[in-house]
Amino acid sequence: MKRLKVVSVFCAAALVIVSAAGVLAQTYKVAVSQIVEHPALDATRQGLLDGLKAKGYEQGKNLEFVYQTAQGNPAIAVQIAKQFVGEKPDVLVGIATPTAQALAASTRTIPVIFTAVTDPLGAKLITDLEHPGGNVTGLSDLTPVAQHVDLMQELVPDLKTIGVVYNPGEANAVALVDLLKSAAKNKKIQVVEGTALKSADVQGAARIIASEVQVIYAPTDNTVASAIDALIGVANQAKIPVFGGTTSFVENGAVASLGFDYYQVGVQTAEYVEAVLTGQKVGDIPVTFAKGSDLFLNQEAADNLGITFSEAMLERASSIKK
Amino acid sequence: MSLFAFLGTLEIGLVYGLVALGVYLTFRVLDFPDLTVDGSFPMGGAVAATAIVAGVNPWLATGLAVLVGGMCGLVTAFLAVRCGILHLLASILTMIAAFSINIRIMGRPNMALLGEPTIFTAFDNMGLDPLYSHLGVIFLLVLFAAFFVTRLLASDFGLALRATGVNGRMVSAQGGSIGFYTYLGLALSNGLVGFSGALFAQSNSFADVTSGVGTIVVGLAAVILGQTLIPGRRIWVAVVAVIVGSILYRLAVGFALSSGMFGMQASDLNLVTAVLVAIALIAPKMKGKMRLKAVQARRAK
Repeated sequence: MKRLKVVSVFCAAALVIVSAAGVLAQTYKVAVSQIVEHPALDATRQGLLDGLKAKGYEQGKNLEFVYQTAQGNPAIAVQIAKQFVGEKPDVLVGIATPTAQALAASTRTIPVIFTAVTDPLGAKLITDLEHPGGNVTGLSDLTPVAQHVDLMQELVPDLKTIGVVYNPGEANAVALVDLLKSAAKNKKIQVVEGTALKSADVQGAARIIASEVQVIYAPTDNTVASAIDALIGVANQAKIPVFGGTTSFVENGAVASLGFDYYQVGVQTAEYVEAVLTGQKVGDIPVTFAKGSDLFLNQEAADNLGITFSEAMLERASSIKK
Repeated sequence: MSLFAFLGTLEIGLVYGLVALGVYLTFRVLDFPDLTVDGSFPMGGAVAATAIVAGVNPWLATGLAVLVGGMCGLVTAFLAVRCGILHLLASILTMIAAFSINIRIMGRPNMALLGEPTIFTAFDNMGLDPLYSHLGVIFLLVLFAAFFVTRLLASDFGLALRATGVNGRMVSAQGGSIGFYTYLGLALSNGLVGFSGALFAQSNSFADVTSGVGTIVVGLAAVILGQTLIPGRRIWVAVVAVIVGSILYRLAVGFALSSGMFGMQASDLNLVTAVLVAIALIAPKMKGKMRLKAVQARRAK
């Protein structure tokens, strides 16, 4: 009996010490829900993690970083949202549109930061870019498509037709193709569309349009991103350049791209998370568009296709793949 | 699993319980392998969301979703019965066509309902906790649907519907039309699935064309899981079983989501879900076998 008492006293003491330690070093919990695994979104998540580390929030020390992927299924994204909200983290992060919507619909109190969402207004995540008002704010990855059209023209001087492969089922991709069409229309350039409902269709769609166009534009479409190698393979056979909607496509063999590295998008998202953790009101943090206009060129691909980059382009480039 | 996550899981399980009911009607009752559900589920959501955004009363919008879902079923039935296309292919054709139509309906692939009125708004305005009120509303609607299906299958019409699946020739011999029952069975099944899609869109504030992917897999898993764990020949037992199966499937996903502690990573989700469902299906059989062995051993003595 006496021994039992001693043990219980010890337990109580240990409990006090542990909880005291917990108060001293507060850990923040950040829960990340991602719609599907592919290089751009994975890079966003990694950028977020590294960005938080640079700000002094380190995983395993004062940061609990929970991550789930819906593996492409919106119903599971909803379930992940419910699971996360039940765990009451300090910040919820939704990578891509459906996951952000699922999180925003599941809570009115826990701060929700969205990232890699092209059209946050259209997705009704927020009603006002400057003053989101509620518990949701974040970073939009709207691609600078008009600038892309300028660059494609610089690359192919007598540009008349641009081909684009995209998934008409993806909200982000449809918005981008609309932007592409309006930007091209101003310059009297025709846009030829090839649609792919799943990544297995990308190659076929590229084959169909390859013979009709002078350059293929690869938008930041999740379906196209998953099959970017197939798309570039077809373009190389047809001897036409691929212009990447995101700089990561240059590594896969696209001739050029202007935009932001998704890793940087993640790092910028970390600023939002930090702002919330330091007590800023979510409703007061304006939504911004991802920064950083990096020009990426691929000399190797250009040589294969017989394209020469102008001096001006080479000078502006922030990265040239040899 | 926290209470919030558990109730959320129940909610999704109940919503997909309507899909399970629909799949039960086609696969089990009518013996018609119907993949239309992958198209009628998002179509239900698309119709409800578009109608609500256009200012239609949410209850009416939900009713429209049921009708349009049923129409998907009629298209499949038409292709199969009238045009003589193989059942499976007929339903696949409707399913892939529905994808394009859904984008036409919404005008874009994803439609948000955050801030729009839904069938739950009236209850939220009464000051009820949405966590419980949404679950309650969905439970009552699913209960109503289950009751409706049970009564229908027990009626003369239902008897003929069940006979069509078991012995079509007998139905013809009795002067019934197999085609007629196939049309109505598929319309009913996909109407339920469209209903499910409308509820999903409203409880989660968005309709997305990609939400149809794998609906048939979830529905089949629910039917088989439920009927294996709750066997029984009575109609109401089967109806309850498939809904319970749907909830159990979602619980399996929920536990798979919490499996991080066992060294699993996020991308293992589908694998863990499959393993959990497989265990749920194998376990009762193992138990039965062990009991049989025990009995044999006793007899041998």
